[in-house]
Amino acid sequence: MPEQLAFTIEVFLNGLMAGVLYALVALGFVLIYKASGIFNYAQGVMALFAALTLVGIMEGQVPFAHLINAILGTDVHHFGWHVPAFLAIGLTMVVMIVLAYLVQRFVFRYLVGQEPIILFMATIGLAYFMEGVGDLMWGSEIKTLDVGLPQGINIAIDETTYGWFGYGFFIDNLDIVAAIIAILLVTGLVLFAQYTKQGRAMRAVADDHQAALSVGVSLNFIWILVWSLAGFVALVAGIMWGAKSGVQFSLSLIALKALPVLMLGGFTSIPGAIVGGLIIGVGEKLFEFLIGAPFLGGATENWFAYMLALIFLVFRPQGLFGEKIIERV
Amino acid sequence: MFYREAGDFNTSYPEDSQTFPIKFDRWRYYAVLFVAIFVIPFLINDYWVNSIFLPFLIYSIAAIGLNILVGYCGQVSLGTGGFMAVGAYACYKLMTSFPDLSMVVHVLLAGGITAGVGVLFGLPSLRIKGFYLAVATLAAQFFLVWLFNRVPWFYNYSASGQISAPERTFLGVNITGSNTDAWATYLFCLFFVILSAYIARNLTRGSVGRKWMAIRDMDIAAEIIGVNPLRAKLTAFAVSSFFVGISGALFFSVYLGAVEVGEAFGITKSFLVLFMIIIGGLGSIFGSFAGAAFLVLLPVALKIIGVDWLGWPTDIVAHLQLVVVGALIIIFLIAEPHGLAQLWRVAKEKLRLWPFPH
Amino acid sequence: MRVTDMTTEYTTADGRRIGGTVMEMKNITLRFGGVEAIKNISFDIREGEIRAIIGPNGAGKSSMLNVISGFYVPQDGEVWYKGAPRPPMKPFEVAQQGIARTFQNIALFEGMSVLDNVMTGRLTHMKTGLFAQSIWKGKAEQEETENREVAERIIDFLEIQAIRKTPVARLPYGLKKRVELARALAAEPTILLLDEPMAGMNVEEKEDMSRFILDVNDEFGTTIALIEHDMGVVMDLSDRVVVMDYGKKIGDGTPDEVRNNQDVIDAYLGVSHD
Repeated sequence: MPEQLAFTIEVFLNGLMAGVLYALVALGFVLIYKASGIFNYAQGVMALFAALTLVGIMEGQVPFAHLINAILGTDVHHFGWHVPAFLAIGLTMVVMIVLAYLVQRFVFRYLVGQEPIILFMATIGLAYFMEGVGDLMWGSEIKTLDVGLPQGINIAIDETTYGWFGYGFFIDNLDIVAAIIAILLVTGLVLFAQYTKQGRAMRAVADDHQAALSVGVSLNFIWILVWSLAGFVALVAGIMWGAKSGVQFSLSLIALKALPVLMLGGFTSIPGAIVGGLIIGVGEKLFEFLIGAPFLGGATENWFAYMLALIFLVFRPQGLFGEKIIERV
Repeated sequence: MFYREAGDFNTSYPEDSQTFPIKFDRWRYYAVLFVAIFVIPFLINDYWVNSIFLPFLIYSIAAIGLNILVGYCGQVSLGTGGFMAVGAYACYKLMTSFPDLSMVVHVLLAGGITAGVGVLFGLPSLRIKGFYLAVATLAAQFFLVWLFNRVPWFYNYSASGQISAPERTFLGVNITGSNTDAWATYLFCLFFVILSAYIARNLTRGSVGRKWMAIRDMDIAAEIIGVNPLRAKLTAFAVSSFFVGISGALFFSVYLGAVEVGEAFGITKSFLVLFMIIIGGLGSIFGSFAGAAFLVLLPVALKIIGVDWLGWPTDIVAHLQLVVVGALIIIFLIAEPHGLAQLWRVAKEKLRLWPFPH
Repeated sequence: MRVTDMTTEYTTADGRRIGGTVMEMKNITLRFGGVEAIKNISFDIREGEIRAIIGPNGAGKSSMLNVISGFYVPQDGEVWYKGAPRPPMKPFEVAQQGIARTFQNIALFEGMSVLDNVMTGRLTHMKTGLFAQSIWKGKAEQEETENREVAERIIDFLEIQAIRKTPVARLPYGLKKRVELARALAAEPTILLLDEPMAGMNVEEKEDMSRFILDVNDEFGTTIALIEHDMGVVMDLSDRVVVMDYGKKIGDGTPDEVRNNQDVIDAYLGVSHD
């Protein structure tokens, strides 16, 4: 088998892995958008915030240590204990639920019924706010996150493919784990939305606020639930990305990766988010490998997804799986 | 009592549709212009110009530009940073290719080129609406920054990948390069600010402005009463990008002198200008100024309070700034979606009636 | 005497002159997916008349109006305007040809004042370019003033001078309807389309609106096509009436003719199917 083709297949597989993670982040967007009509730009910062909190709790950092030191002139930094990963993840989830409550209670309760674009801009404000709070709470230096996920290249795949093609594929263990977890999570969320009482209530709210209210669904509860779910998805994404490349500001930029996925898949479609994520993950890796790096000077991943989504949208404004928009007077 | 309009009658339609129909407003406006042109240049030094006046003036132009697109025409754009970069690089290429042309021409041409690029990226707006469009404009942001980063022609093959403004004069006075006087750069930028505000005001009070606002308020109805939606949106993109391009050109050539594209014109710049018009007031020229002033002064004020008075480390103050800006955006969107401009209008209304409450 | 037979000009009992055909719908069929909203309908509109399209809910009246204003494109049939078939065109091009309309659910520009809303009706008459407008002094200002005069005449005519500078979002329903009429009139249209101008109004407001419609027709000689489901008002107002039911035309003629048409009576009062 020619080497170029083997390379391409490897790039394709890596793209697929990346795509699963994009899909995961995009799913967080879809959940909130379906239930509340809010396009949550802060999703990426939520992932960053979750990862920062997780590291902070595991390391026993004192929250707001820098600020406290600056105000009181003290020198606190750590409590001196270490929290095991699974407990820390649980605690972080509690923090994310509290955050969900606060966001609903102090921001979006006052913005119910506003135009979508106003809500969108409010989430940009929220993203800035949370980024600042996260930095103040846990410090802005790059941290490593180790919750015991496997690292390094998968030897088995390397050897097997070497036996087949005479060329070993390099695929990260972490990517494989991430892909499996993402698939489990997506399945879980879909089952939750389809088969539980809360899931049904959530879909009812998504369909029609007033009708849902009139059959006794608490909008407030559903919105907090949805923001909590989004927080959960953000936590998982934060763990994956954080374990891969450290917990730092750039982690919040995964939101920017998920946006074109949404445009492609449609804001309201869970299958759309998954398929869109895969298309973009594979597409940008292949484009960079086949065209970007050799002919365009590289780093085309920065914009390829957006251009693809943009061109696609011009021909199909409702996205892959969105419903056709019929305009009425 | 502070503010009266009794006995101040407009007797013709042109008088009624002028910018400041109330005499008091008109006089205050002339006073501000007088101070800006004839007083401030004699008082300022390098510190004031570089930390407050130049950023304020340049961001005002960008905010006016973005406000035309977002506030008047209702098309949200997150590509402002990218379009500012187009202005900057166009200006750089023009300055180095045609060293003998006047700087004013360079800056205006840079605006014109940006207008063209803006129209190109505005084309999808006919099919894509709302935040789909907002996200689509991010394509412009990322693509343009990448382009200026990766194609050496744009930065004249310089080793650092940066562009730096050569020395240029206007009427014999240095306005770019390292040997500039505070008053000269200030006046040069002020000229473009006044020009931009004048054009923006004229466009928004006439038929073009009404087309934009009709599209903003209800695009289908606008089309049925005879507004060509594509043309209205594209003119908004063009005019908006023209101003944003001018501001990018000035930002690079007069203010910074040397830029690295990802740093100076990244996505944070897009958000900054968007925040300016949200806080200042969507659909208001005055609001563009107010928002620019507010977000230029805020970091300066926070730094003075946090670092100089309280002695906190600079990184804490920087983080606190994010918190404050984010909170302000949310507060303004909840409490006063029309921003500082609306607060100003309400205050004027109160002053007009003072001391009687009704 | 059957008015519909006449192809030449005539004068109504109250002295208005009705001219020849200005618009003609020929075998219009409109489908949404599998649903036929309009089934093979033909009728004409004559210059200077008030032409009503009535019918129960869901009869396809609004779809018909949307076909006339170019918002929907029919699958079959032609719209003839001023003696020639109209090529396929966008809604804004239809508006530029002199067809203005109001909407069933008010479609005013909420962020603008009443005056600005009425001025948007003049947009099809304002031609100065971007450059002239950015200078303002001279051509743009002069054009603005001329069109402002027209807009102010309409504002006077509809008695909304007092709310000229009020943002429309603050106005009550009835006034909004009137502002919308003002915006459509400001375009000085050849044909004025009114989509349920009296929907949701009380008797007094309906009388006001009827008076304005008659005055507009009388004063400016504007051809008016209107949709209503309230038969009473329409019969007093219009010269000729088209009756639709389930997308089909079941009657066409003067109010008296329509009133005595058995199909129309069945559609409105119901008929036993045994």
